[in-house]
Amino acid sequence: MPALRLDAAALPPELDDLRRDVRAFLAEEIAAGRIVPHADNWLAGWDPAFSRRLGERGWIGMTFPREYGGSAAGSLARFVVTEELLAAGAPVAAHWIADRQSGPSLLKFGTEEQRRAYLPGIARGEIGFAIGMSEPDSGSDLASVRTRAERTGGGWRVNGTKVWTSGAHVAHAMIALVRTGPAGESRHEGLTQLIVDLGAPGVRIRPIRLLTGEHHFNEVVLTDVFVPDDRVLGTVGDGWRQVTSELSFERSGPERILSTFPLLAAVAGRLAGRGADAADRTRIGLLVARLWALRRMSLAVAARLAAGDAPATEAAAVKDLGTRFEGALIETVRLLARVEPDLASSDPLAALLAQSVLHGPGFTLRGGTNEILRGVVAKALLPRGEAR
Amino acid sequence: MNDIVQDLVDTVDAVCARHADPERDWNPRLWDELERVGVTLLPVPEERGGAGADLATTAEVLRVLGRHAAAVPAAETALLAGWLLAEAGADVPSGPLTAAVAGPDVALREDAGGAWTLTGTLPRVPWARHAEGVAVLAGGRVAFVPRGGYEVEEGANLAGEPRDTVRLQDAAARVLASAATEKAFRERGALGRAALMAGAMEAATGLAVRYAGERVQFGRPLARFQAVQQHLAEMAGETLLATVAAQAAAADGTGFAVAAAKAAASEAAGTVCRLAHQVHGAIGFTDEHGLRHFTTRLWAWRDECGNEAEWGEAVGARAVDAGTEGLWPLITAGADG
Ligand SMILES: Cc1cc2nc3c(=O)[nH]c(=O)nc-3n(C[C@H](O)[C@H](O)[C@H](O)COP(=O)(O)OP(=O)(O)OC[C@H]3O[C@@H](n4cnc5c(N)ncnc54)[C@H](O)[C@@H]3O)c2cc1C
Repeated sequence: MPALRLDAAALPPELDDLRRDVRAFLAEEIAAGRIVPHADNWLAGWDPAFSRRLGERGWIGMTFPREYGGSAAGSLARFVVTEELLAAGAPVAAHWIADRQSGPSLLKFGTEEQRRAYLPGIARGEIGFAIGMSEPDSGSDLASVRTRAERTGGGWRVNGTKVWTSGAHVAHAMIALVRTGPAGESRHEGLTQLIVDLGAPGVRIRPIRLLTGEHHFNEVVLTDVFVPDDRVLGTVGDGWRQVTSELSFERSGPERILSTFPLLAAVAGRLAGRGADAADRTRIGLLVARLWALRRMSLAVAARLAAGDAPATEAAAVKDLGTRFEGALIETVRLLARVEPDLASSDPLAALLAQSVLHGPGFTLRGGTNEILRGVVAKALLPRGEAR
Repeated sequence: MNDIVQDLVDTVDAVCARHADPERDWNPRLWDELERVGVTLLPVPEERGGAGADLATTAEVLRVLGRHAAAVPAAETALLAGWLLAEAGADVPSGPLTAAVAGPDVALREDAGGAWTLTGTLPRVPWARHAEGVAVLAGGRVAFVPRGGYEVEEGANLAGEPRDTVRLQDAAARVLASAATEKAFRERGALGRAALMAGAMEAATGLAVRYAGERVQFGRPLARFQAVQQHLAEMAGETLLATVAAQAAAADGTGFAVAAAKAAASEAAGTVCRLAHQVHGAIGFTDEHGLRHFTTRLWAWRDECGNEAEWGEAVGARAVDAGTEGLWPLITAGADG
């Protein structure tokens, strides 16, 4: 089975200090009541002031060079900071997409002017980005996007509709995948990424409420929106390759394992207080054991990424296992906690359980569904052509 | 994995490809070859007759042996008997060895002349009938009883690997003081099984992938059916998880990491076996087909040296002790956790 390979990696010990600093900072933020831990808070916790406080400490844009306002601490340092933030259930959504995905894309494909325009603001926690990939008729089949950009003097005129656009109502810009030419036989040609200013004329943003009523994602309707040539990201016609290279960042991170960790921590505390019998210990222990193993997988992928590799298939496998674990955790914790989930409860366990249950369906959909991820893995396992 | 370890792994892989024969319950030819390349006492210090390698290297070699269903007591010799003897200050003899912990009904006695004897029964001792001797951990001491000093009643695990009852009647033993603990013995056993299981899962997944590409139904290979692809991908993911878990546990070497790795690998093994058989259809359910070498071992090994309930409970006890604040530090603690 040589098609998939990961080797366990260890974090360099010099990152221990960083971890301690982040932990101390988070403990203080929580103690002072400035942040309240939530499940799935990298999706739901929009708190620009908190993001700015992280930015001040150099904990956003850690993979950006200093000349662009980053701390150049590297991707493993970023791994440590992000996993600490996630484990604490901190509200990181305001900078999450920009820090994880849009920033690295700008760094890789953007012009010097684009990098200077966005990266320092991202690193300060002041500029948020949205991802404009999905459309009403294009979900898993992303190559079928229909939003069109047509040549016009000095730039492009864009028409179409993006959906499920997380945070578009609060972000500053959206990187949209649009059609600029014929699809070709592969269907992957003629796609381009554009940086769309979300305040530009012709951009209409309408909330699509989650089943909880929360306003998280949006419909973004683009009507004759002008995008200047200097806001093309990378190369015209190269959008598919660029987008798929983003996916190894998007798929491998600890957020695909830890979305419900605050719930697990809360139930550990409940069992400590109430006393746990052997069956309780076994139940929670199996979750912790699997989580430990999944984290080491995620770290193994991160180490490959840090070494300049792009282990896209392994990242897909980790995300498949990790996101299913996030959901399975909820089912086990329910049985251990024996409390009714309640968003308004003053009992943090009941509130975290409610947040987790209600956000659960998203875990195995966002960023590519698990069925699609397993398809990616299977195609890598099988000899060329056999899976088709 | 560095180049030296990779070379060693490749060498062992080549030796196994030539000599492994999973049909047998003991493969002396393979054992000799493994001794020749110097991997049977990998983690034993050089001054005691070993190679002085670390646990991570040892685990990588065990993973290869698992991938070939190698019929040799490699884990018992390298991780258990070799460790017990070397730790007590004895030179480790060559040849296959096995080891056990003395239960309450095993008595170690010293006569007036200072000679030691061991009396009692040791259940399910791996490969006892083929071993050159058994090292027994008996409360602060290690007793080594060479072959011929005990009677063997043959038994087997689900894969037919020897799991014998060893009967000792005033058996003459060489006895040394030992600082080894039963907990450490069990953890080393669990680490060995986790590494072997990762290898067997690789093999089972590899067989399923190959079969899915060859077997044609409805006019096309099974691999073209999306339902089958989803099974293959799930097996690959679980295999990767068990592999990284075994490697990480060997590198960390902590009780927590080993417990988590054995629990996770034992759980993953069930999934991989179920799906490997599902993909193979009836042919995989027969004794003609090689899949059973790996699935029967996985079914045996997941329960040997503690199954996921035992190790899960141990992890759970640590988690509950850690509580809300301590759980995350417990999970992220490295080698010193
Ligand atoms: C919380 C959340 C946030 C999101 N944020 C963003 C965002 O910011 N920007 C953005 O662009 N998108 C975003 N998305 C959209 C996300 O990328 C899509 O939901 C995802 O790609 C799936 O598309 P779909 O929802 O249209 O489902 P569909 O593609 O219609 O799929 C429906 C079901 O059919 C299955 N299916 C589809 N095709 C196949 C196939 N070939 N084989 C097997 N099964 C198949 C899927 O696995 C799924 O189970 C977000 C989604 C969620 C849930």
